[in-house]
Amino acid sequence: MIVAGLGVTHPRLGVDFPAMIEFRGVCKSYGGDVALRPMDLHVDPSRTTVLIGPSGCGKSTILRLMAGLVRPDCGVVLFRGFELTPASIMQFRRFMGYVIQEGGLFAHLTAGGNVTLMARYLRWPRARIEQRLRELADLARLPPSMLQRYPAELSGGQRQRVSLMRALMLDPDLLLLDEPLGALDPMVRHDLQEDLKRIFAELNKTVVLVTHDIAEAAFFGDTIVLLREGSIVQRGMLRELLDRPADEFVSQFVNAQRSPPELAGRNR
Amino acid sequence: MTKRALGQTFGRSDLATRLFAAAVFALASGCSRPSRVTIGSKAFTESAIVGEIAAQGARSAGADVIHHSELGGTRLVWNALVGGQIDAYPEYTGTIAHEIFAGQNIQSDAEIRAALAAKGIAMTRPLGFNDNYALGMRHDVAQRLGIRTISDLRGHAELRLGFSSEFLNRADGWPALRDTYQLPQKSVTGLQHDLAYRALADGSIDVTDLYSTDAEIAQFHLRVLEDDLHRFPEYQAVLLYRADLAGRAPQVVAAIKRLEGQITRQRMIEMNEQVKLKRVPPEQVARQFLREVLGVSGGATAVHGLWQRLKTSTAEHLKLVGVSLLAAVLIGIVLGVLAASLARIGQGILAFVAAIYTIPALALLVFMLPLLGIGWLPAVVALFLYSLLPIVRNTHSGLRNIPASVRESGAVLGMPPIARLLRIELPLASPAILAGIQTAAVLDVGTATLGGFIGAGGYGQPIFTGITLGNLHLILEGAIPAALMALAVQGAFELLGRIAIPRGLRLKAG
Repeated sequence: MIVAGLGVTHPRLGVDFPAMIEFRGVCKSYGGDVALRPMDLHVDPSRTTVLIGPSGCGKSTILRLMAGLVRPDCGVVLFRGFELTPASIMQFRRFMGYVIQEGGLFAHLTAGGNVTLMARYLRWPRARIEQRLRELADLARLPPSMLQRYPAELSGGQRQRVSLMRALMLDPDLLLLDEPLGALDPMVRHDLQEDLKRIFAELNKTVVLVTHDIAEAAFFGDTIVLLREGSIVQRGMLRELLDRPADEFVSQFVNAQRSPPELAGRNR
Repeated sequence: MTKRALGQTFGRSDLATRLFAAAVFALASGCSRPSRVTIGSKAFTESAIVGEIAAQGARSAGADVIHHSELGGTRLVWNALVGGQIDAYPEYTGTIAHEIFAGQNIQSDAEIRAALAAKGIAMTRPLGFNDNYALGMRHDVAQRLGIRTISDLRGHAELRLGFSSEFLNRADGWPALRDTYQLPQKSVTGLQHDLAYRALADGSIDVTDLYSTDAEIAQFHLRVLEDDLHRFPEYQAVLLYRADLAGRAPQVVAAIKRLEGQITRQRMIEMNEQVKLKRVPPEQVARQFLREVLGVSGGATAVHGLWQRLKTSTAEHLKLVGVSLLAAVLIGIVLGVLAASLARIGQGILAFVAAIYTIPALALLVFMLPLLGIGWLPAVVALFLYSLLPIVRNTHSGLRNIPASVRESGAVLGMPPIARLLRIELPLASPAILAGIQTAAVLDVGTATLGGFIGAGGYGQPIFTGITLGNLHLILEGAIPAALMALAVQGAFELLGRIAIPRGLRLKAG
């Protein structure tokens, strides 16, 4: 459902557009397997949209289509109204930030080197690079001394902070996060969730986040998109999914995760 | 092993040499010729000495001459002459008539010259000595029995004869000899040529076959029995040279011709003895000959002492390894990158490079000869091909082993593919690539010694010369530095790895 007229004037382009990213009739198959059935999807600007569902539902595929890592078999992917093509994707990627579960940091560079790689390639002035780096380290609450270390010398949580900093370096319009906290232990994850939410709000970023954890989805998501076997089952806030489930499956999925109080209560 | 048998072994039974001969004949003439003159020699002492004498004589006449000593057997050296890779070499009239032009029933001097001219080759007049098949006895025994010629043996049926198996079995060997001279001896055995000398010395046998200029004649005090009925074909020593040399370097032809009739049999025996038994380098023996007999100083090169030789061979070896390795690194990394990015072509590249590796190094070298001649260039090309596989393979696997997630993270940064390759992927693959280069380098140092076989210089030169002369010191003069260089290269790459590979890649994940 497209909410008509709710546009935002982009500070750089000065143009109104209804959706940061839009899928129109997009489908994707790998070999014989259908990963995504033809679907329409839009991502509202300045909001966090969470993609959630059981494994194999297509949530990672959607993210990869948005990042241009794969091409749709049918339909078009539009970024700020422009179609993503192999020719245009290289330019548009400079407006996107991408964080994956394993971090994807380059082992041969220090943390600082990883973050500033693209800026150095674009030949930013040194002062600007250093200032931006300080800003981001502050924002991500990473002790500056960690910037000299190599990824192998950092903890999992620190690596994800660096990964986020790298994604934010060029101040992208769109942030894509593919299960960014999946590999972390619960307390680290808790901390990082707080930081991420704060950062998203402060920077007013458009975020698409993939997770399999309904609680995490609820914590982040203004909008939750529940997927199953390549199709969207329901989309809305958590309240909607709980009170007005479109499907039996929605109720099952949303209630599947047990909470500690529930468990403590049961075993009295 | 007798020297003619050595020539026959290399000439007849070596498949690689046969292939080489076919290729040369197919390609015929028309290789590009440098302005320097190349003299070759066959793989035995006497040929090396005469070749060196010719080379130094030509050099003293002011030409730029190089002597590729002990190239191989008759076939290989003859083909090199016809093909233009060398300009001249020492030969024997008997070998020309009975081996090179075998089956063409060439007898007289005129017929030999005509057959040679048809191939574009000219022949000097005899150098002054024959190196015939002959029979030999201990000098004191021969003196006592009054035996000077083979005919004299007729009166001594009790003598024990011991011949090399080759001579014993050849139709024109012992059977023909016995019939011609009607020799009555009954005790005739076959033994290994080198053992025959010892048997002669300690009296187990009385007569054996030998070459009339063998160094052992002097060593064991033997008398060479005269072939008074002229049963054995004449093997007069001559120098063969390309007819077109007269136009290109007339002073060299003049210098070569000046040797006609100058080397006596006695002198040749002495020179053989000096090199083979007294371990005097052929260069020195040749220089001495030229000075004493022709009053000529042997040209610009001084007699090289050990350190001088080591410096030269080290520089040559480094050049062989350095050039081939550099080319292999540059081209190998590119091929490895291509193989990693293009799926099917990639498999093709890997298969091709591996196929090169299955060719034995020596065969690869010989395959290069018809295309590139002898010397430095074919060795470098063969070494380059041989160094490719470790580098291409390691580059390919180093790149393929980068996790997909890391590669995708690089793509999504918005960096174009070439920049990604240079700033992200190749650095991540650098430990593997460096290991591949290290392997190739160490192999290269060892394989480069084969270059000595085709006159490429380097540490292989003393090794191969030492093998043919039976001189262990010479062999070690090449083998030890080669081993040391391999170790040094190994160590240098360890150091390089420590410097060049980012610390982040040498850490284990925390």
